Amino acid sequence: MLSLLLIILAATFFTGIIIRTKSIASGRKGPGIFQPIKDVIRLFKKGAVYSETTSFVFQIAPTIYFASVFVAMLVIPFGQSKGIISFNGDFIFFAYILGIGKFFSIIGAMDTGNSLEGMGASREALYSMLAEPAFFILMGSLALLTGYTSFQAIFSALHLGSSISYALAVMAAFVFLMIAMIENSRMPLDDPKTHLELTMVHEVMILDNSGFDLGIILTAGYLKFAIYGAIIFNLFSGTIAYQYAIPMFFGVQVFLAFVVGMIESFMARFRMNHNAQFIVVLSSVSLLIFFGALLVSGKFL
Amino acid sequence: MNSAWSFILIPVIAICFIPFLKVGVKAIAVYAVVSFVAILTSFVAIEALLGHPFNYTLPGSYISGPIRLQIDALSAWFMLIINFGFLTGGFYGLFYMSAYRNQPKNLTLSAILFVLLHTALISLCAIQNSFVFIVAWEIMALSAFLSILFEHEKVATVRAGINFLIQSHVSIICLIIGFIWVASQTGSYDFNAIHAYSLTHPGALSMQLYLIFFIGFSIKAGFVPFHTWLPYAHPAAPAHISGIMSGLLIKIGIFGILRMLLLIKVDYLSIGILILLISVISGVYGIMLAILQHNLKKILAYSSVENIGIIGIGIGLGCIGLGTNNPILSSLGFAGALLHTLNHSLFKSLLFFAAGNVYQATHSLDIEKMGGLIKKMPHTAFLFLLAALAISGLPPFNGFISEFILYSGLLNMIHSASMVSLLGIIFTVTSLVAIGGLATICFTKTFGVVFLGNPRHNFQHEVKEVSQFQLLPLYFMATFIVLIGLFPNVFLDILVSPVKLFTDLQQLPFNSFRGEGIETLTLVSAGGLYFILVILLLLGIRKLVLRKRMTSVSSTWSCGHIAPTAKIQYSGSSFSRTYSKLFAMFFQINKIEKDVQGVFPIDAHTETHIYDKVEKWLIDYPISSLKYFLSRFLFIQNGKLQFYILYGIAFIIMALTIPLIYHQIILFIDFLKLL
Repeated sequence: MLSLLLIILAATFFTGIIIRTKSIASGRKGPGIFQPIKDVIRLFKKGAVYSETTSFVFQIAPTIYFASVFVAMLVIPFGQSKGIISFNGDFIFFAYILGIGKFFSIIGAMDTGNSLEGMGASREALYSMLAEPAFFILMGSLALLTGYTSFQAIFSALHLGSSISYALAVMAAFVFLMIAMIENSRMPLDDPKTHLELTMVHEVMILDNSGFDLGIILTAGYLKFAIYGAIIFNLFSGTIAYQYAIPMFFGVQVFLAFVVGMIESFMARFRMNHNAQFIVVLSSVSLLIFFGALLVSGKFL
Repeated sequence: MNSAWSFILIPVIAICFIPFLKVGVKAIAVYAVVSFVAILTSFVAIEALLGHPFNYTLPGSYISGPIRLQIDALSAWFMLIINFGFLTGGFYGLFYMSAYRNQPKNLTLSAILFVLLHTALISLCAIQNSFVFIVAWEIMALSAFLSILFEHEKVATVRAGINFLIQSHVSIICLIIGFIWVASQTGSYDFNAIHAYSLTHPGALSMQLYLIFFIGFSIKAGFVPFHTWLPYAHPAAPAHISGIMSGLLIKIGIFGILRMLLLIKVDYLSIGILILLISVISGVYGIMLAILQHNLKKILAYSSVENIGIIGIGIGLGCIGLGTNNPILSSLGFAGALLHTLNHSLFKSLLFFAAGNVYQATHSLDIEKMGGLIKKMPHTAFLFLLAALAISGLPPFNGFISEFILYSGLLNMIHSASMVSLLGIIFTVTSLVAIGGLATICFTKTFGVVFLGNPRHNFQHEVKEVSQFQLLPLYFMATFIVLIGLFPNVFLDILVSPVKLFTDLQQLPFNSFRGEGIETLTLVSAGGLYFILVILLLLGIRKLVLRKRMTSVSSTWSCGHIAPTAKIQYSGSSFSRTYSKLFAMFFQINKIEKDVQGVFPIDAHTETHIYDKVEKWLIDYPISSLKYFLSRFLFIQNGKLQFYILYGIAFIIMALTIPLIYHQIILFIDFLKLL
C-alpha cells in the first residue's frame, strides 16, 4: 500500500524533472516540474476526436494500457512492506501484465489504419520482445542470489555485502533504467521530442488519441518511470527504517529523473536499425549479472 | 451389454446408416452419435479422474491376443479434452458445412470420417494392446487424411493431404518398429509387456526404444524438425477439421509421449534434457516462422508448433524433476504440460473456428487482402482477440496460467541447481520469454491486419457475420478460456490424479500442489481479478468524463495527407519487416520481383514467399537427392513395349530357374566360403 502511494507521488514529478533538466542543460528556464500533470488534467477536461476507421478496440485500448500499468504497480514492494499483490514469481506477473497493456496499445494503434501508426506499433512490438529477456535474466539472477522468487522477498534479502554485489547492483540499476527508457520510448531508442513521424516509436502510436484517452496514456508513461525508479530504489534499500527509506526513495527518483534528463540532453538517438543491437546488449549485461550472481553464490564451476 | 461394447457398436451402426439419410438429418445424426459417444466416455473418464480407473478386457483374436482397455487418469484427461473439442467442433461444423449442401456425397464422407476420427481418438486413449493400437492409429490417420481432402478439387489440398499421409505413415513405421521390437522379445502385444521389457533391459536399450516411440509420436505432435506437415495440412482442411486437428489430433502425439513415459523406465534426466531442448527449439522456431506467414491458417499452424513446444517444455521439466527427485519441479512440469494441452486445444480451436468464419465471409485466407473486418464481423473479431490474448500467454487468460506454472517450476529449480543446470534454466526462461514476446508480435500483426483498419480489398460479395448458432460453441470455448484464467485452482485440482501417475514413477512425495501451486495461483488469479476490476472502474470513469465532453468523429490523422487510400495502410509484411530483417538468417525468403521499367511502365509486382529451412534440408534435399539417384535408372523405364515384355520374360525365367538351381547356388557359396 505504501509503495502504491509513494510511486504515485513520485510519478507526479518524475517526468517534470526530466523536462526541467533538459531545459536547463540546453540553457532554457523550462516549465515547472508539475507541468506534465497539469497537461494531463487539461487533457481530461477536453473532448475527444475519434477516427471513423476505429472500432471498440481503439476505445478500450488506452484504458487497458493504463490498467495494466496500474496493476503492475500493485506488485512493487517498498523495502520491507509488500506490494498489494505479492506471491512467488510475481515478477513474471509484472512483466506479463505490462505485456497485455502493450498488446492493446499496439492493436489500438493499428486500429486507426494509419501507416505511420502501424510503423510505430511494429517497432514497439519488436523492441519490447527484445527487452523482455533482459528483465527476466536479471530477475532470475537476483532470485539465484537471494534464493527467493517474489519481488519483496528478493529485495529484502538482497544484502549488499561484497564489492562484487555492489557492482552487480549498479549493473542491475543500469539495466532497469534502460528497460524503463525502452518501455517509455525515451532517448537512446526514440526521441519523444522529434517532429518526424517516421522516426517515432511510441509518440506515433498515440497520434490519434485525444482527450481523456491521451491523458491516461501519458499518465501511464509517468507511472512506468516511477515504477522502475521504485524497483531501482528497492535494489539498494535493503532493510533500512521507514524514516530514512522514504526520503531516500524520493532522492533516488529525483536522481534517476536527473540522469534520464542528462542522457537525453547529451545523447543523440540511435539509428533505427541499431536499436535492436542496443537492446540485445542489455540482455548481455543481464547475463554478466547472472554470472556475477553465480560467483557470489559460489556456484561458478 | 456393457459400455465398452456400446462404445464400439454405436459408431459402427451409425456409419452404416449415415449414407442413406437426408443431408439435414445426416448432420444431426452425426452430431447425436458423437455426443452420445462423448457423453458415454466422459462419464467413464470423470470416474477415472475421481480415482476409479476403468478396466475391461475384450477377448480379442488369435493374432492380437486379449485386448485390454484401461482408462486411467492420464487417458481420462485427454479423453475429456477430445470430447470437449469434438462437441464444440462438431457443433461448429454443422453450420460451417452447411455452405456445402450441394455436395451430398462429399458431406456423407466427411460425416462418416468425423465419427471415425472421434472414435479412433477416444479409443487410442484407452487401448492397451499394441496391435489394436496401431489399427486405431491407422484409422485415425486415414480418416484425418480424407477429412483434409474435403476440397479435393484444389491441387494444393491434395498435395497437403498426401504430404500428411506420407508423414503420418513415417510416424506409424516408427511405432510399428517399437511395438514389434517389444513383441518379438516378449511374445505379447500388451502394453504391460513394454513395461516389463524396459524393467528387464534398463539403460541403453530402453532409451533406444523410448526414442523410437518418441520420434513416432513427435511426428504426430509436430515437434521441430517433424513439423513440416502441419503448415500444409491445417490450411487445406475445412475449419472445424483444422481446429480439431490442431487442438486434438496433434495432442494424441503428446499423449503417446506421456503414455510411453509411464510404461518405459528410462533415465529420466537425460530424456528430460533431450525433450526440453527439442521443445525449446520447436517453441521458438515455430513462432518465428508464424510471424512471417501471409496465410491466416498457416500462421495458426506454425503457432501450433510453438505451443507443442511449450507443452514439451513442461514434459521435459517434469522428466528432469523425476530424474533429480524434485517432486515440486516434476509435478509443476507435468501439470503445466497437461494444462497447456487443454488450454491450447481451447484457444487454438477457437482461433481456427474464427479463421473459418473469416474464410466463409471473405472466401480468402490471405491476410493481406483483409482489413477492417471488425466492423462487419464484430463477434468473430472479439473472439479472435480473446483467443489471441490467451495464446500470447497474457494474464488474466488461461495461457498465462500454464506458462506461469512452468515458470514456477523453473524458478523452483534454481535453489538446488548446479552451474550447468542453471545455464539450462536461464536458457529455458529466456526462450519462454522470447516465445511470449514473439507470440505478441505474431498475434498483434494477425489481429491488426485482418480485423482492424480499413478493408484492403474490394470483395465482390457481401462480407457478413456468421449466424448466431455458429458463434455459440465459440463463445462456449471463450468462457472456458476466461474461467481457467480466473479460477485455475479448480483445474489444478483435477490435474492432481494425472500428475500423481508421473510422480509415482519415482515414488516422489507429491502433495497435490499444496504449498507451492495452489496458494500462488490463488494470488495470480486475484491479480487477474484486480486487473479486470481496474479496467471496469476506469471504463466507468471514462464514460462519466466523456459524457460531459464533446466527442466528434473525423478521419484518421494522416500527417497532413488528404484522402488517404486503404492501400497506404501498414500491411502484414510491412509490420513484420523489421523483424524479418533482424532474423533473416533463420529463414529463406524467396522474392519474385518485377521492377518498374521504361518511360511508360506497364506493371510491376513483388512477391515474397517464406520457406522453411528445416523443410528444405530435411525433406526437400533428401528427396531431390533420392530422385537424382533413382533417375540414373530411368533407362529401364524407356516406354518401349518390347523391353517391358523382355523384363517380364526375364523375371519369369528367374522365378522359375532360381529354385531349380538353388542347391547349386548354395554349393557355390559354400565353395566360396571354403576359399
